[in-house]
Formats: sequence, C-alpha cells, structure tokens
Amino acid sequence: MSEPVTPGSDQRQLIERDIDDYLARHADKEILRVLTCGSVDDGKSTLIGRLLHDSQLIHEDQLAAVERESRTGGSRAGELDLALVVDGLQAEREQGITIDVAYRYFSAARRKFIIADTPGHEQYTRNMATGASNCDAAIILIDATNGVLTQTRRHTFIARLLGIRHLIVAVNKMDLVEYDEATFAAIRGDYETFASRLRVEDLNFIPMSALHGDNVVERSTNMPWYRGASLMHLLENMHIAPGGGIDNFRMPVQRVSRPDASFRGYSGSVASGAVRPGDSVVVLPSGLATEVTRIVTMDGDLEEASAPMAVTLTLADQVDVGRGDILASPVNQPRVSDTIDATLVWMGEEPMAPGRQYIVKQGAKQVFGRVETLRDRVDVNTLEPLPASTLALNEIGRVRLVLAEPVPYDAYEDSRATGSFIVIDRLSNITVGAGMIQAPGGQATHSHWDETPHGALTATGSAVTAEEKSQRLGQTPVTVLFTGLSKSGKTVIAQAVERKLFDEGRLATVIDGQNFRLGLSRDLGFSAEDRSENVRRAAESARQINDAGLICLTAFVVPLDSVRERARAVVGRERFLEVFLTAPIEELKRRDESGLFEAAERGEIPSFPGVSSEFEEPASPDLVLDTVSLGVEDCALRVMELLRQGGFIH
Amino acid sequence: MTHIEQLEAESIHIIREVAAEFENPVLLYSIGKDSTVLLHLAHKAFFPGRLPFPLLHVDTTWKFREMIAFRDRIAREHGLDLIVHTNTRGVADNVTPFTYDSRKYTDIMKTQALLAALDKHGFDAAFGGARRDEERSRAKERVYSIRDRNHRWDPRSQRPELWNLYNGNINRGEEVRVFPLSNWTEIDVWQYILAENIEIVPLYLAAERPVVEREGALIMVDDDRMPLDPGEVPEQRMVRFRTLGCYPLSGAIESTARTLPEVIQEMLLARYSERQGRLIDHDAASSMEQKKREGYF
Repeated sequence: MSEPVTPGSDQRQLIERDIDDYLARHADKEILRVLTCGSVDDGKSTLIGRLLHDSQLIHEDQLAAVERESRTGGSRAGELDLALVVDGLQAEREQGITIDVAYRYFSAARRKFIIADTPGHEQYTRNMATGASNCDAAIILIDATNGVLTQTRRHTFIARLLGIRHLIVAVNKMDLVEYDEATFAAIRGDYETFASRLRVEDLNFIPMSALHGDNVVERSTNMPWYRGASLMHLLENMHIAPGGGIDNFRMPVQRVSRPDASFRGYSGSVASGAVRPGDSVVVLPSGLATEVTRIVTMDGDLEEASAPMAVTLTLADQVDVGRGDILASPVNQPRVSDTIDATLVWMGEEPMAPGRQYIVKQGAKQVFGRVETLRDRVDVNTLEPLPASTLALNEIGRVRLVLAEPVPYDAYEDSRATGSFIVIDRLSNITVGAGMIQAPGGQATHSHWDETPHGALTATGSAVTAEEKSQRLGQTPVTVLFTGLSKSGKTVIAQAVERKLFDEGRLATVIDGQNFRLGLSRDLGFSAEDRSENVRRAAESARQINDAGLICLTAFVVPLDSVRERARAVVGRERFLEVFLTAPIEELKRRDESGLFEAAERGEIPSFPGVSSEFEEPASPDLVLDTVSLGVEDCALRVMELLRQGGFIH
Repeated sequence: MTHIEQLEAESIHIIREVAAEFENPVLLYSIGKDSTVLLHLAHKAFFPGRLPFPLLHVDTTWKFREMIAFRDRIAREHGLDLIVHTNTRGVADNVTPFTYDSRKYTDIMKTQALLAALDKHGFDAAFGGARRDEERSRAKERVYSIRDRNHRWDPRSQRPELWNLYNGNINRGEEVRVFPLSNWTEIDVWQYILAENIEIVPLYLAAERPVVEREGALIMVDDDRMPLDPGEVPEQRMVRFRTLGCYPLSGAIESTARTLPEVIQEMLLARYSERQGRLIDHDAASSMEQKKREGYF
C-alpha cells in the first residue's frame, strides 16, 4: 500500500530537508481552536484519530499501544481502532465512550489546531459549552444513516450560543449509505432548514467516512459528485474573521505591579482593540480618565499592544486602579451597572436558586450576585422559550443578575472576554454556571432592534415642518403607551382618550396589539422575541404617526421594561408617555370572557404574561391607573390631564 | 499573532491570575525544559518585578549532577527564592533506584516528598509544567486541577473551565495544581526555547557520555554510586536525553543532535513520544492516571 500524500508527509519532507525553514514556517502558524461535537456513535473519536493518524502525528509507541488495545478492547475486533488514539481515561475506555472535554493538538502546514473534543450525550450540555467557550469553529458530526437528530440541533444551538461563527457539518459514515449523493443532499437540506433560525455566518457541509478516510485529509474518490474541500483542507484554509465584535481597547487589570516605589504598573491581557502610549483611557467602574505612558514587557517597551497580548501598562496619573477594574478607550466604553441580563448555562448538580447569593467572576473580578429574575428557560431541542422557576443541570435560561457592586461589561456578541462570566457556589466553590451577557435592553436573541439597515440609506425629512403641523392641529405630537396585562383596559381607555381629543378638535389615532397582529405583524407569535418585535414595529409606526403631527395612543402589553425602554428610544424620549393600568389578577380573570387566562393556566398558551411568563411592572411610569377604583371615563380624564400638563395639547 | 505568541500570552495570563488570587503559591521546578520555560514565562509575567513566589525542587539526591549545578546557578543568577526538599527519611532508609523498584522508589522519594513539602510550607497553589499532549490521560486535565486535603485528584470533581475565567476558590487545606503550559505541545516548547534563547541543561543536547545498556535502555553512569554488574564497563556513546529526572531512571537515546534545531528535527522525525524515555511510565497503560490520583503529576 502506497503512503497517502498528506500535509503530514509534505511537512516530513521539509523537516528532513531543511529544519530551519520548517521551524521558521512553524513559528508563523496561527492557532485555530475547533470544537468537535457528535454523539457516541457518530464516529467522532474515529474522526479525530483519523486526523491525527493521517497527518502522521501519532507516535509509533502510541500507535503500538493502540494496536495492542485494538486486539483486546477495541469496538471492532481485529481492525485498528483509531478511536482508541484519542480516548483517554481508564473508565471511559472500558465503557467505549468519551465523558469529558478532551483537548488534542496537531499542526498542519498553515495552522496549529487545538481540538476541544466534547461528548454528545444527552446530559453533557455543560461540557459542550465548556469546550465551545474558547473555540472559533465547530465540526458537527451527523451519522448519515440517522440524519439530523435532536442532538444535532442541540449541538448547533450551543455552538452558536457560545459565539462560534464557523460551522462544518460532517456527514459521516457515507460508506454505510453507499456514498449516495441524494442521502447527503437530504441531510443537508434538513440541516439548513433549522439552522436558518440560528444565523450561522459560515456553514460548510462535507460528506465523509472517518473510518475509511474519505474527505478527511484527502478528497474521496468514492464521492466524485462532491466538489468541495476535504475537512483538513477546509480547516487549514477557512477564513476566520477576527473577533467580530468591538475593536475598542479594553484590558481587565489582573494585578497591580509595584516592585519598588518608582514603578507602578497594571498587568493584564488585552481583551479587545489595541493601545499605544499616549492613548487616553478611562478606569472603570470609577470613570477616572488618564493616559497610557508605557507598555512594559520583559522584551522591552512596546509601541502597541493588541488582543490577546499580556502586558503591563503604566499611567500618567496617580489614579486609583485595582484588580478587576477595566482600562478602556474613552470611545464606546463598556457599560457599568450592577444589573446584567444574560443567558445562563447551568452546570451545577444542585438547581439554580433564584435569589440565592453566588460568586460571579467576570473579567478579573469576583463579586457576589444573585439571579433576580429567571425570564424563561430555552428548550435546547426546539429552541422555544419555556416558563421556568429554576434551572437544573444542563439547562439554559435567560436571567437578570443583580450584583453587589457595579461592574464594567460588554455584550458577549461584542466581546467574549468582557461579556462572559462564571457563577461559583459559595460553599462548595464549584463552578455552577456560565453566562453570556446580552446587549443592554435587548432581551431577544434575534432582535431586530439592533439590526443595521440593509443598504446605503439616508433619511429624508418632511416638506412641512413639525411646527407648521403643530400650529394647524393645536397639539404637540406624543405617543402614549398604555401598558398592562391582558384585560387591564388598555384599548378601551385609549379609545376613550381618542374620542375626547377628537371632540376637543385634536387629532389622534389608536394602534393596538391585536389590530397589529391582524395585519403588519401577522407573521409573529407570542414568544418573548415576537412580542418584542411586535412592539418594535408599533414604536416605528408611532414615530411615523407622531411625525405626521398626530397623537398616537398605543395599547400593547409590553411585558418587559427593557422593551418599553427601547420603544421610548425609538419614538423619542421627549414625546413618549407611559401609562400603567393595574388591576388584581382575579379582576382581570373576571373580565376575561374569552377564557384566555384559563387557557394559559392549563398551559395551552405559552408565554402568557402574568400567568406563564413574567410581566415586569414599569419602573417609572408617567401615570398609574387603578382600573378597579377608576372607571373608563375617569381614566380617560386623567390621561387628558397628563397630556395637558405635558403641554402636548395647547 | 503567531501561535507561540498566543500560547505565551495565555500562560502569562494564568500565572498572573494565580499570583493575584492565591495566598501562597509555589512553582514546582524540576529543572527540565518544561519547568525552564515555565520559569521564563513567570519572569515575563512579573517584569519588572521579581517572582512573587518561591520555587520548590524535590531533590531525590539521584538527579544528574549537571541538573543540580544548573539549578543552583539559575537560582543564584536570578536571585530566586529556591526551596529544596528531600525525603531525608527515605535517604536514611537507603531508598534508591537500585534498592527498590521504580514505582516504589518514585512514590517515596518523589510523590511523598512533594506532598510533605506542600504540607510543610502550606502552599495553596503549585505551578507545574505538565502539558496535555504528553500522555492520553492528560488530554482531559484542567489548567486548574483541584486537589483535596489529601492531595488527591478526583476526575469527577474537576471544575468546568470556560473562556479564561479560572475558578481558584478553595476551602482551607485544599490546593490547586496549575498547568500554564497545558496547551503547549512538545515542539512548541522547543521552538520557544529556541526563539527566546532560553538556557537549558546541556543534557538535552547530544554529547559523548558514559552509558551502560540495561533492559534495552541506555543509562548514563553519572557518578560512582551506580552499581555495575561484573564485567559491565561504561562506554562512551553519543547520546542525549528527551526527558530529565533521576539518572538511573532516565533512558538516553543515541543521537548526533548537538544543536536545538537538530534536536527538534530528530524529535519530529523519530515519531517516538516523549515519555518513552522515562522508565517509570512503563508499568501499565494508565500508569500516569494512577500516579495522578496518588498525588504525583
């Protein structure tokens, strides 16, 4: 049997011929961290063993050991079992499964690879998240004889959740389906259908047989219909976009360096962006401003330091800086707050207890913190949000965390280093959770609120000025948000106010949630995301209506304060009023002729605010109306009074 | 950044994190190439300051003479706080590589000595130079490896490690072994030594040395304590060592590689994994695993 031409053997020749040249090239290699996920039977260990074997990185004594074990313990008696190359701990080897994250190393001509090998078994969300946290790319294995399974969806979801943007879907065991193109195409189609919801930026499919080496290192001759690259070729050449997040400077201070009275430096690893001597920086959370004077390293002072370099900075002023503080560029600073919205992966054997004190480690800081609100739990198989009162091991939920003191942070999608945290149990010291911080206010995972308009667009103003419209109509346009639970009287009161305004010679219009859902938002459901998107559309509409000079009365539930806040920002703070309608839930049920509350209580309506999902009371409404003690007429009068006081009706 | 620069930054980050969060860390210094790289990284981590922790060398009294000379000179030149610990009871009981099998000898003179030294000084974190690529069972080792009050490693109680957020919270009496070189491979270590021009013990380079052949391994006769069989005469051979430890337990390999690039070239072409020269590993396929549970790395 002739030796296959592999990157390994190319390298081997170079090593023999010119070691200095090889070392020079090796020095220039970059690191690619790759997650592998698949279930026990997908052939994942075999694939990794194959990659190591075919790139000639298994040492002969290791291979001899594997051959010895293949005879005694291998899953395919007699054959060389490549899976044994990577399986590690004694117990696992005996059971024939991998039970933890294992790291494997190999290098090819261009890159050094760190493979985080994670198991695909049901309860190991924890390990997958751990492995994924440092990876740039993921290989998702699918058994061609099984197709896309629930666990495939789970793996893809977790990889995306942890910020992996490059996915390689390896459809393995093609030898068992006679290398059939149609089978591959069908699996690919299934995968693409569900992955479209997850916004994968870079998605690749490879038909493969890890056992026989098809399309692993070399392109397979068994599948001439496949024109793409082999796995190794793709790993070597795929373009890895740098960071993808912010490029503003941030450095969490790990340690204050004071070797003697003459030197005071701040050591840490640059988390994002770059810094040069002379750059202005702010110290967070204090907000003090100063300037970087030197970038000190043992190899001499540097002209510039960028992520992820480990450096020591000196500052121009004697400002107070301690471990856990962040040095940041004054432009686009991290947010500083004691309240954090995040997606939390629970890793503790004991379920997460809302309200309980935990230790939160974020950046170089440890603070006490508790989960104030568990908004919902994400079903990792269907990706649907479900109501939840706790998070058990391997469950993922969206939470609001309140910390003992304000900390500087970014959204995870902007910066992995300053947007992530771990949760530690105070008694056992075990790491029980891992969190990814969400953009402030943006609760939804696929929020359109943050989307940039597509194309080069410029806004045009109106030919008629706002002042002219205001004079004609005798009013200053404003949007009133009537918020409250279902049946709290939002639409009825809005309509009563509309009538009064009209009777006074003003012009107003009502938009309400149900009408919206019959038309503009007929594509939306009732998940937190969809509710948020419905409100975004309403807010954009309200803005248009206000721009036209009209008063806009909006009747929407809007269960989340953060979403109300975003609506306010869209419409304009100076022309947005929040009216909160309250009534005890018993009263709301009494008013509910269509039986919505009962249906929600039976679990038939998921995410029904007040019953199966949370309704946050507005933090600072402009007006609160108790709809039990006040009738519709009284409520409308009070709103009119509010409008008059605000100077909106002249 | 190149991969070596990235690995360097990652290791410095870990070393600084330990210095900031633990009360009484120590660097376990074995004089080998990995500890030498570790020490170099520690200097970088705290420049222009001095190391904020001592070094601990567990001396079995059977190390190569060149290693001890190298150790003492490096400590002197860098003004290091070096603690040398020897199991004096073991020495008194004549526990040597020649009187006990390698497993028992290693347990008494290395493992037990290490644990006694950790207890004596109350260290709560100990840096080691182990890498994940050295042996299959190490692929799963964390950067922070938590040990209980009895210094035992329990594979089930290890903490998940995400991002670069290491959890160093421990209870009194527990300790953490920290492996800043976890993601380095053997060639990365060599390449770094070459690039940074780091001084290593010359035993890593080929030279004429007096050796005898025992059970297929070449053992260097480093001093006159080595009992020779009747008629056995050390012969001068061109050899070098891939790993350094106690000379009676370190197998040499025949080599002509007198420079670092030549060593790297030989290493890459030989395709023998590193630990093969270390005789203590030959007992069973999972001997490392066993030793880790007992408290030895």
